[in-house]
Amino acid sequence: MAGMFTRFFDGDVWHSFRSSPVAIAAALIAVACLFCACFAEWVAPHNPFDLASLELMDARLPPAWVEGGSGKYLLGTDDQGRDILSALMYGARISLLVGFASVLLSMVLGVGLGLLAGFVGGRVDAFIMRVCDVMLSFPSILIALLIDGVGRALYPNAHDVLAFLVLILAISLSGWVQYARTVRGSTLVERNREYVQAARVIGVRPLRIMRRHVLPNVLGPVLVLATLQVAAAIITEATLSFLGVGVPPTSPSLGTLIRVGNDFLFSGEWWITIWPSAMLVLIALSVNLLGDWLRDALNPRLR
Amino acid sequence: MFVFILRRLVQALIVMLAVAFIAFMLFQYVGDPVSNMLGQDATPEQRAELRRQLGLDAAFPVQFAHFVANAVQGDFGLSLRQGRQVSSLIVERFPATLELSLVAALIALGAGIPLGVYAALRRGRFGAQLLMMLSLLGVSLPTFLIGILLILVFAVLLKWLPSFGRGDVVAFGPWTTGLLTADGLRHLLLPAVTLAVFQLTLIMRLVRAEMLEVLRTDYIKFARARGLSDRAIYFGHALKNTLVPVITITGLQLGSLIAFSIITETVFQWPGMGLLFIQAVQFADIPVMAAYLCLISLIFVTINLAVDLLYFSVDPRLRAEGKAH
Repeated sequence: MAGMFTRFFDGDVWHSFRSSPVAIAAALIAVACLFCACFAEWVAPHNPFDLASLELMDARLPPAWVEGGSGKYLLGTDDQGRDILSALMYGARISLLVGFASVLLSMVLGVGLGLLAGFVGGRVDAFIMRVCDVMLSFPSILIALLIDGVGRALYPNAHDVLAFLVLILAISLSGWVQYARTVRGSTLVERNREYVQAARVIGVRPLRIMRRHVLPNVLGPVLVLATLQVAAAIITEATLSFLGVGVPPTSPSLGTLIRVGNDFLFSGEWWITIWPSAMLVLIALSVNLLGDWLRDALNPRLR
Repeated sequence: MFVFILRRLVQALIVMLAVAFIAFMLFQYVGDPVSNMLGQDATPEQRAELRRQLGLDAAFPVQFAHFVANAVQGDFGLSLRQGRQVSSLIVERFPATLELSLVAALIALGAGIPLGVYAALRRGRFGAQLLMMLSLLGVSLPTFLIGILLILVFAVLLKWLPSFGRGDVVAFGPWTTGLLTADGLRHLLLPAVTLAVFQLTLIMRLVRAEMLEVLRTDYIKFARARGLSDRAIYFGHALKNTLVPVITITGLQLGSLIAFSIITETVFQWPGMGLLFIQAVQFADIPVMAAYLCLISLIFVTINLAVDLLYFSVDPRLRAEGKAH
């Protein structure tokens, strides 16, 4: 394990990271957001879910530097007197959680199916790729909406946990195709390499060849894709929550906060919706920039 | 050639059947129409009778065939929430969505192509760099945020434009249009721009990349050597050759414009199909969801098929491949 770390810090990727100011800035922002989201209980100045501490007197206060704002609430408060800064941190936690979970799930699904399609070939390959073609011809947000809608119709009074699972499943099922296509492409190349043939000759079982020999060699592009997909998944989640079909209202994500704040836009209380929006863009943009950098850093042709 | 078209047609048909099957499964396993129609205190005999009348006791393939036959005629039954024919709901809403998507596509093309050409010709200069940065932002901003920002700036702060609804519309029989009234156009502007932004950045980046590619080719150098004016080279020779991929991408993106209008219509409360669909998802209104799914798939499959056929007639290599098979 220690050897892996020294190898990483001596390696090209770390060097390329240190010489790219954009990547460093993006990583700092992403890590800061992640930190606030993970440790919201300790970092956040207030607990937005503690109903006892909410005071209606404090509702709809503007940010601290605007006239009428209170130093107690740096970014202002929402219609129920919740501190927006704290709500942001708790909201980011839910957004990131859903984002990471759905990327993980779609990665497992996509890599598995891609590996299978590339390694086995024939009818299995043709079938999986036809399914991919069909999925690709529809925008992913539409697929996510549809699966989410079906989940809702199947379990109308679903428990919160189930609602989360349906949401994560919907986002994952709309995103696995990219992994499958990428992995299939590289598997087709790796399949005919000598080390795979050697493994076959000495009688290693196909499943073990796929897992031990082919898989590690096709994971590079998957890593890049996964980073970019985290941003896409977070945006999809926010969009679904904004449309009112995402996370349950009891655990608001950034999208839910934007949706709620949107109702107050016309009465001039812009801060209720703008801060969560800014947070969302900040997370999405920094993760996207990191993904772009990683793609260039891992691409040997660009070195 | 005939084989190629036939194969594409069969593929499209299979996709449509698969979609119809999904829609059919929704009807079958989500909610029970019989208990919806009869209420809680019906006797088992009444249920069986209604089941027989509705054809729900028939074998599975028979029911599916029945469903497809109805769907082809546009009959998806009654909306569970509004109690009206789904087909009439959709016919009512379709013009609003189509109008919004077409205007958005026009804006995206009308602004995206010139901006892309500009970014390619002035590569490395400040204006072009700024444009590329802005386009990166346009790709990272989710559609609904663009809508909210536009509302905040143009409707709330400046109070120039209305922020919801379609405004005054003119009706031609079942078709309604807001394009002919000043109020309708004012209402159309913000949602159309919101919907166009993503496609605009896409088209701009595509035109820029294609232009840079074409400007490197020999025939452009030769045109320069012949002493043609910059104008004739850029617009007569280079731009023309970048437009084939641009038009195909735009064609393919027209379908996703209609799908993405779900979000724009929610932000601006635009009374189109997308709003209908999102309300159907919220209330688990299966007939509306199924009808929207089938209609959208039909649009997508048709567009894909048309683009495939277009490629086939444009690209001679595909034709040769078709003969080899």
